[in-house]
Amino acid sequence: MDALLTIASAAATASATGDGLALGITEGGSWLLRNVWLIPLLPALSFIGILFFGKKMPRGGSELGIAAVGIAFVLALLTGIAWVDHRDSFHGDEVHVAVVQLDDHGVAHGDDHGAGHEPGHPSLAVHRTATWFQTNGVEFTVGTLVDGLAVMMLLVVTLVSLLVHVYSTDYVHGDRRYTHFFAFLSLFSASMLLLVVSENTLQLLCAWELVGVCSFALIGHWWEEKPNSDAALKAFLTNRVGDMGLLVGVTVLFFAAGSALPDRFGSFSIAETNALANSGALSHTTLVVAASCLMAAVMSKSGQFFLHTWLPDAMAGPTPVSALIHAATMVVAGVFMIARMYGVFFEGFQIGGSSINLMAFIGGLTTIVGALLAFVQRDIKKVLAYSTISQLGYMVLALGVGAWTAAVFHLFTHAFFKACLFLGSGSVSHAVHSFDMKSDMGGLRKDMPHTYRTFMIGTVALAGLPPLAGFWSKDEILVGTGGWGLMGGTGGNGAYTLMLGMGMLTAALTAAYMTRCVYLTFFGEFRGHGEPHESGPRITGPLWILAGLAVVAGFFNMPKGFQLAPGSLQERFGHFVEPVAGYFPAISHATPSWSLAIVSTLVVIGGIAASGWYYFVKVEAASKAAGTSLTELPDGPTTKYPLARMGHTLLSNKYYLDHFYNGVVADGTKGPLARMANRINQDVIDRTVDVVGETAVKAGTVVYEKIDQLVVDGAVDASGRGASGAGEELRKINSGKVQSYAAILFAAATVLAGILIVLV
Amino acid sequence: MENLLDGWGITLATFSPLVGAAVMMLIPREREDQHKLIALVTSLWVAFVGVLLLIQFDLDHTDRLQFGVDKVWIDVISSRFSVGIDGMSLPLILLTMLIVPLCIIYSWNHFPDPVNPKAFLILILILETGMIGTFVAQDLVLFFVFFEVVLLPMFFMIAVWGGEDRRYASLKFFLYTLFGSALMLVSFLALFFLTGAETFSIAGLSEAVAAGGVSRTAQLWIFGGMFLGFGIKVPMFPFHTWLPDAHTQAPTVGSVILAAVLLKLGTYGFIRIAIPVLPDAAVTWAPWIGLLAVVGIIYGALGCLAQTDVKRLIAFSSVAHMGFVMLGIATLTDFGINAAIMGMVAHGLITGMLFFLAGSMKERYHTLEISRLGGLLVQAPRMGWIFGFCVMASLGLPGLAGFWGEFPAILSAYNPANGVPIETFRTYMVIAALGTVLAAGYLLWLLQRTAFGNPPAEFADDPAITDTTRHEWIAWAPILALIVAIGIYPNLIFRVSDGAVDASLSDCLTVDAHQLTDEEVEALGCSDVYRLGEVTGHDDDHGDDHAEETNEHAAAGN
Repeated sequence: MDALLTIASAAATASATGDGLALGITEGGSWLLRNVWLIPLLPALSFIGILFFGKKMPRGGSELGIAAVGIAFVLALLTGIAWVDHRDSFHGDEVHVAVVQLDDHGVAHGDDHGAGHEPGHPSLAVHRTATWFQTNGVEFTVGTLVDGLAVMMLLVVTLVSLLVHVYSTDYVHGDRRYTHFFAFLSLFSASMLLLVVSENTLQLLCAWELVGVCSFALIGHWWEEKPNSDAALKAFLTNRVGDMGLLVGVTVLFFAAGSALPDRFGSFSIAETNALANSGALSHTTLVVAASCLMAAVMSKSGQFFLHTWLPDAMAGPTPVSALIHAATMVVAGVFMIARMYGVFFEGFQIGGSSINLMAFIGGLTTIVGALLAFVQRDIKKVLAYSTISQLGYMVLALGVGAWTAAVFHLFTHAFFKACLFLGSGSVSHAVHSFDMKSDMGGLRKDMPHTYRTFMIGTVALAGLPPLAGFWSKDEILVGTGGWGLMGGTGGNGAYTLMLGMGMLTAALTAAYMTRCVYLTFFGEFRGHGEPHESGPRITGPLWILAGLAVVAGFFNMPKGFQLAPGSLQERFGHFVEPVAGYFPAISHATPSWSLAIVSTLVVIGGIAASGWYYFVKVEAASKAAGTSLTELPDGPTTKYPLARMGHTLLSNKYYLDHFYNGVVADGTKGPLARMANRINQDVIDRTVDVVGETAVKAGTVVYEKIDQLVVDGAVDASGRGASGAGEELRKINSGKVQSYAAILFAAATVLAGILIVLV
Repeated sequence: MENLLDGWGITLATFSPLVGAAVMMLIPREREDQHKLIALVTSLWVAFVGVLLLIQFDLDHTDRLQFGVDKVWIDVISSRFSVGIDGMSLPLILLTMLIVPLCIIYSWNHFPDPVNPKAFLILILILETGMIGTFVAQDLVLFFVFFEVVLLPMFFMIAVWGGEDRRYASLKFFLYTLFGSALMLVSFLALFFLTGAETFSIAGLSEAVAAGGVSRTAQLWIFGGMFLGFGIKVPMFPFHTWLPDAHTQAPTVGSVILAAVLLKLGTYGFIRIAIPVLPDAAVTWAPWIGLLAVVGIIYGALGCLAQTDVKRLIAFSSVAHMGFVMLGIATLTDFGINAAIMGMVAHGLITGMLFFLAGSMKERYHTLEISRLGGLLVQAPRMGWIFGFCVMASLGLPGLAGFWGEFPAILSAYNPANGVPIETFRTYMVIAALGTVLAAGYLLWLLQRTAFGNPPAEFADDPAITDTTRHEWIAWAPILALIVAIGIYPNLIFRVSDGAVDASLSDCLTVDAHQLTDEEVEALGCSDVYRLGEVTGHDDDHGDDHAEETNEHAAAGN
């Protein structure tokens, strides 16, 4: 409630800033911060190098890729150090822009930014641009916007990418397209790095699509098999559906910013758009539409319910790709975009308003929906994929309740422990030549000690037990919902009690399905064939590094007032990453709570205990009794209770979403809709042309009246045929074919989307 | 040198191919190598002249007609030989000059049946004259003549070297386009007589119309005539049905030229003649053009999904892509028309390339039936990757040229010119955005079925299926390089076209009425179709909205 008052009073009392809008950016700063474009450039160059010369290199181009990403990582580290220095000691000039003056209500309250932060100068993002192209007399720029968020992402992307590169030299060794694989890893790294330093939404959109195409190419790496290319197509097309929202959202914001800035046609600038949104210079309607459209893109890219179905299928790609692209980096692009455009989302969804908003709801739903699906998977990578969906839901939920730092911090820690888990699953499959936990794994803890230990560390971190990384970031998200209220845990952007409940439930579910996964993989007796063996150092090395990070990453942001850590170590991550600037909204921070941390830990332990009791006690005992290694109880709940069976069927069929998308939307478009269009083309439009043509040919030889007759006749014929064609289509619709309904649904959706835009 | 180009540059570029063709006519048909050489040298020479023109072109004044020539031609009807190049035509002229020599190189060793390189190459050279001439003409009669010169060689190319159903396709192409041209000519004549300007020059007619010589109704009809003429050529839905037939039946090189350049004659006509001369009528027509454009986008995409033949699918994709171009044009904004020019160049390069690839696939597999193909990447990996690359470019991947025709067109539809209904165009914008999803669908589906997977049994051991040949590399490399170059640095096109497009649009279309006082709006003297008067100096929508929001906050806080 305090937070609300703060915002309301800020809006009411702030006076018009005559000299314009403070963006919170500077053109100055150290050399490293002004030249981060070098970091994406390196892998881009290595992509070109590998593409043209990779096959001739002794190690098939992988050495070039590793060198480029390695140097990029070092540069990112140096940039990080430069940012730490910049954040605390830079006193440069801030960039202001003029805005169209509004009446007394629509004034900028940019001055108020930083409420809730420690006093000090604002954190000025380092901004650098160059002209990209010019149209309509407007210069469009390309450039970099470097702040804590960008620097953090640079570090995560380069580090995970480097480890994945090293890991891959062993994992895809001897692959038929080894060189090609590394070329695309390089291109992906370049695109992702370009995305995180983007200065404007157009550049962001370009990088966004480029990472998508890399994902497409790498999912379909083994395109000889149809399921793989199907998965690749599905990923690309689902993302395209979301990208529609991105195209429209970016367009809406471009013109909205243009109308608020004098003598400007439009603006793609992220800093300007956000600052305008924060200042109230953009109408709420515009922001709602823009934020909703962008949310569609987030849903597809970051696997949010109900556009998440491509992500589990994407596991068809090589495992290092799953770790890098579909766990640690690309899929968080959506989360990153929300964090980047937070002014727009914060105002658009009125996150400060405490009511349940679209973003928090989608995040909350996704986190539960994803976690439930993880229970019924046989494929270890699919467990992790649904877990990723669930954790991405956590991040979106956090952003939806205004816990910005918590979300970004969770992104940070999740990248390490999830990459660790994925690479661990790859190491396991390397040994047993399968991803099927039920038929080909079990008991691997003895054969693969390194993989086992690192996987356990990753699991504990993901489950969120103290003191590993996942605990800290998850705890902050739960605190950030502001819905706790027992000795702390309040004072966020309102009391999102429902979101707190969803988060708690997911914490228990996560602990439970990971316990199941660990049991099926590493405990019991080996159910596969052959002699599993531990992987080599190029695989276990990255595993241990990531496991180490999964242990320590949480310490970067220990909560304020946490008595066990010195004050100077509290909230370091938040201090350096969360912007205090005009382009960032005035969010409030909830107070941490010991009681919440204890309760959430108990919830996690409860989840582990329940699942552990089932697997480690009951299944283990049943296995001993049966003399084989079982993976479930022969008389489990699904055999006893119809409700449990129905639930299991629903989950096994992935809520029937894929049936709907493939059978109804895709087949409906490819089938009836396309055929109808083609038939209209051939039988109506083209036939008319032919009739007209034939008529005209005869015109020379036939007298005037007869031409007249023929034309009329021809037209009647053509329309008659058209009518019978249409009748046939109608009959088809009545015959109850779902595809036909799909076509209509699809069309209706289009119309609705249209109406939404028109209402702006 | 400079002076020579100034007076003769355009003439040289336009008529050199005819000279080459004339020389070839004198040489006996059996000397095939000589014919090939002369044709190649001629087209390279034209390209060289083009490069010289580009170097001499004043990029700071792209709005001016440069290298202009204005000589008496047919005095009796006041038609003059008036040519010039500005930023709007330069990219298209260079595109033509690039595509023609590449086509000649590509067909070097494999002319379609009934071979006869002499006739084939002569036709290509005549085509080149027609195409360049259309882009440089500044006089309507001259424009019409060049526009028609293009028709005949293409007709013969399809009718003689085409596929099985070539007679029907070529006749349909010829008659349909001729029908459009006839209406276009009537429009031109109507302009001439109704304005009483005693000139066919585009600039002169534009002034005469602006001065109020033609009634509103007449303008609408004249625009309608041009609309049909150009719209058929584009081709816009529902006048597109000649295109799939012509493309499917035409020889590879014919398809490439058709897609890369010929279709652009229609869109070019809109932005060079119809809109600058008749801006008032354009505003009234714009919603309808936009409607047909977005219908074309969705309809073309759906049509693609239903096709079973690679070439026919690519042909249908042209309908969808040209829909984006027309949507950009229909906004009547600088932004949209720039996007359209970018779209024309990008479509020319990308779809041209796709037709090249389809031709090469046909040569290897002797079929383009999608269901019979597969595993191109296995048997011809380089060609497979080029195909994948072009598919990505065609579906509008950022970083490649196609994106810059597509996204800016969508962007511009959000905010069309004065007098053009905003709500309508915002609806179009969303529909067009949906079109990008469908485009990805049909293109990737095509890629999956032809390039991925393992080769089908009937082709698995076919020795004829080889990877890209040297001729193919030479013909394709420049196009591929340009697709990337424009994609990364779109300013290559935008920088050239921007000034010219801006100059071609009347102030009434582009002025921001929000920033002007009522007196200034009055002084512009725009007719009421632009609805400038309805916009009061400043609107305060945003402020009101926020005020409410603030009140809500306050209420919630209390």
